[in-house]
Parts: sequence; structure tokens; C-alpha cells
Amino acid sequence: MSDVNPKTASVPALDGWFTLDCERPQLLGNRCAACGTVYFPKLKSGYCRNPDCDGEAFEETALSRTGTLWSYTNAAYQPPEPFAQVDKDAFKPFAIAAVELEAEKMIVLGPIVNGTGVEQLKVGMRMELALEPLADGKLTWKWKVAA
Amino acid sequence: MSANRDIAILGVGMHPWGKWGRNFVDYGVVAARAALADAGVHWRDVRFVSGAATIRNGYPGQVAGATFAQALGWQGAQVNTSYAACASGSQALAAARSKILSGECEVALVIGADTTPKGFLKPQPGDRPDDPDWVRFRIGITNPTYFALYARRRMASYGDTLEDFAAVKVKNAAHGLSNENARYRKAFSAADVAASPMVADPLRLMDICATSDGAAAIIVSSVDYARRIGKAGAPRIAAISTVTPSFASALVEMPDIATDSAIAAPAQSFRAALPKKAYEEAGIGPEDVSVAEVYDLSTALELDWIEDLQLCARGDAAKLLRAGETQVGGRIPVNPSGGLACFGEAVPAQALAQVCELTWQLRGQAGERQVANATVGITANQGLFGHGSSVIVKR
Repeated sequence: MSDVNPKTASVPALDGWFTLDCERPQLLGNRCAACGTVYFPKLKSGYCRNPDCDGEAFEETALSRTGTLWSYTNAAYQPPEPFAQVDKDAFKPFAIAAVELEAEKMIVLGPIVNGTGVEQLKVGMRMELALEPLADGKLTWKWKVAA
Repeated sequence: MSANRDIAILGVGMHPWGKWGRNFVDYGVVAARAALADAGVHWRDVRFVSGAATIRNGYPGQVAGATFAQALGWQGAQVNTSYAACASGSQALAAARSKILSGECEVALVIGADTTPKGFLKPQPGDRPDDPDWVRFRIGITNPTYFALYARRRMASYGDTLEDFAAVKVKNAAHGLSNENARYRKAFSAADVAASPMVADPLRLMDICATSDGAAAIIVSSVDYARRIGKAGAPRIAAISTVTPSFASALVEMPDIATDSAIAAPAQSFRAALPKKAYEEAGIGPEDVSVAEVYDLSTALELDWIEDLQLCARGDAAKLLRAGETQVGGRIPVNPSGGLACFGEAVPAQALAQVCELTWQLRGQAGERQVANATVGITANQGLFGHGSSVIVKR
């Protein structure tokens, strides 16, 4: 996106939710030291939510970069704020993925990178994490079809 | 559970769904007066008022049992207010049942009403990165996103088609045609659905329910009281399930961005757990069900619910639909009222509206949409923040 200010292009829309490694980004969660349950977003309460676990110690963990496309859709209309707004006529529908991470045994949502529409997607595809700016130039995690 | 855990439904009433633009209290009074008249019970004989709440109409506490009690005329009844998103009505009903079964009162009014705001449902302004509802809108994930992900998953897992989803809308629209409480009373064809704008692929505008104004009210009593006033044969509430999800969540639920990790505990379906508890409580199985009212926030979601209610094997709901078994006249009619497709959602009233419809069905008073010889009905719904319910009504 050429209209994005390079100074803001490395500013994340959500602080501490993912690494800023543009080549091989990773989502950042945390893991209960007692039962191994992974949390994304990070569990901040300090008390594990597994009903059979009394864990109160957590360590930051980077999530798997790749997973399997569990399902997908798109946003045909511009979502309301706080989604960064563009003029109605300039809005282009974007695809959205639900990706299953095998190691973490969880499904994580995210937009799909610009230029990939639903017609190019199929449940079961390998997907990988990418970073791309929103319309206000701030970076978010996105999913893309794995190379 | 034994029959002495039942309570009787003496009367039901609704204010028609729509976009009337009036105060929700007015709708509630209309519904409550209709339910009282239907029950043949004087307002002063109601000793417990159980209100279903929403926080949408101003500050919390405005949409409350006491608000309706005042509008109907303060008469010193005990009062309660329940908030449980889409399941608020069922929790209010459960509160009334507890009062009745504990012997604290004999007759209760359960009531829910709403006036929905104009425009998109969206989060409050301000940066709130710790609020999952704010985060998901920040990256462009709206309510239809979730429904569409579940719908696409059905297509990939079970071979459901866009035509199947459209057929749910066509069926529910046909059911709602004769329902004077429904907001949309118009026949739809599959071509109408296919011609409506795409919102979240594969779901189109006509696949997704609207939001509406409306009110529903129910007069419930002890079985003994029903007998004393000559209503021994009134339909009964046999179960009210309001269980929470069990960790770890199998599906990404609105407004979350991810499921729980199932590393330490197995992934479990919340939707399937709701009717399971209701069946256990009622001592009734899915094979006994005559009619179901389920929360069709989207057309595809109705098919998920049919399987969660165990009315067919997992993945077979579209087959049931194609065979005409879920329409009135079929083996197991689903949403004879027209469902959310014809009503649009009025959050604190909707779970009660489902029970109103089952009551009319079990009494044989549903007119053109009557399910023949209905003896057992079940509802199911799910809302935000781990709230959901399933109610079984029998005669």
C-alpha cells in the first residue's frame, strides 16, 4: 500500500499481540505452566481457566505460524469503527479466515491478506501468518495461503 | 426429574414484533395484559414478577421486572430481573420456577420487551484493547462473520449448499405468513434469497436475521394452583436448561477472536450441551419431540441447532430439510412460528416468544401453522458471553 506512511507502518494496531517480524511474524500468547493450556489473546488475570487447574504462573509463548483453514468468509460491507474507515466507494471486500493450529489445539480468526478472495480458498488449505496494515496504516496480523 | 418439578403455563401473550419506535414498556404491558387475560388470572394474584433484561435501553436496571410491575400498577409483588443476553427470558422463567417450586409464590409473571436501537450494533467508542468486542471490530470481524464461518464449515463438512440455506428461509417465511405476531409476513422464493446482497460469503442478507421491537409475557403457576382454577390440562414446563459452556470451547464464539486451547481439556460444543441438560431434566428424549423453536440467527444456524437437539444425526439436518420433514406437516417441524427469519431478534423477549409459540402449538391454537398432535416442544437459543438456554414444554 503506497499511501501508507512508512513511519506508522511498523506501529501495531494491538500492542504486544504479535511479533513485528515482517518475514516470519508470530502471534503472542501465554501458556499456563501447570497444565500447558495456551491463551490467545494472553490471559491477564493470572488464573488459569481450565476448571481442573489451579495454575497461576504463565509464560509468554509465540504461537505456530502455520495452520489449517477451518473455515472462511468475507466482509462484503465495511465493518463499523473501530475498524479504520475508508470512503464507502473505496472499500473493497476482504476475506476472513478461521485457522486451526494443531500444536495449540485452537482456532484463531483473522483477516486474509489483500488480493486473496473467497474464490481462491478451500477448507483444509495450509495457511500462514502475515502482517499487513489496516487503512489507518497500523499493522495487524492476517492469514495468507501458505507458500 | 419427576412430574412434581413441573410448573403450569396458564397464559401467554405477545406484542407483535416490528420497528414501532415506541417505548419498550408499552409493548410489555400489552403482552402482560394479553397473558393475564389468556390465563384468566387477576393482576393482583400475581405475587412474583420476573423480568428479562437488556442493557440496551439506557442504563442497566431500566429494563427490569420492576419497570413492568410499575406500568401494570404496583401491587406489592416480589420482583426479580435476569440478564443473560439472548437467554434472559429463560433465566427469568427459571427464577419464577424456583419461587413456585419452593412454595414462595403460586403465580408469577415472566416478561421481556425491547425497543432496538437504529443502525448497526457496534461497540462503545474509545480504545479498549482488553475488550474482545472492541478487538474484533478493530480488525474487521462483525456478527455475520461468525455465522458465515459456521455456514461455510457445514458446506465443507456435510455438503450443505447455498440452496439448502435458502430453503430454510423459504420454509420459515411460509410458516410465518399466518402469524399475526411476526414482523415479516411475506413469502420468499429461493430466487429472492439468491438475489439479495452478499453480506458475509456464503450468507446473503436474506440468510441473516434482523433486530426488532417486541414483547412476550407468560403467566406460570404451581400445578396445584392450575388444578384449583380448572386448568389441570394446561401445558407444563418440564425443563429449563441454562448451563454455561464447558472448557475448552469447540467453536469461536462471538465476540472472541479464538477458541480455548484444547491441550489440557477436550473441546466441547456449547450448543449441544444446552438441550442435553434439558432432556436429562425432563426425562424426555429427542425421539419424543413434536416441534422445535430454535434460534435461527442465520439460515445455516437452524441446521446446526437441529443436530444439537439430536433431531437427526450430526450432518443430516439438510437431508431432513430437503425431505420436507422440518416444515409444518413433516415429521419434526422446526420454527413453525416463522422463527427469527420472520420476527427479527428482540433480545430479552425472544426466548419467551419461543415458549409462547410452543404453548399455542401444544394447546392446538396455532391456526394455519398448527403442528398436528403436538405433545412435546423444545426451544434452543444462544447469545453472547456464554449465555444460552433450552426449555421443554409438554402436555
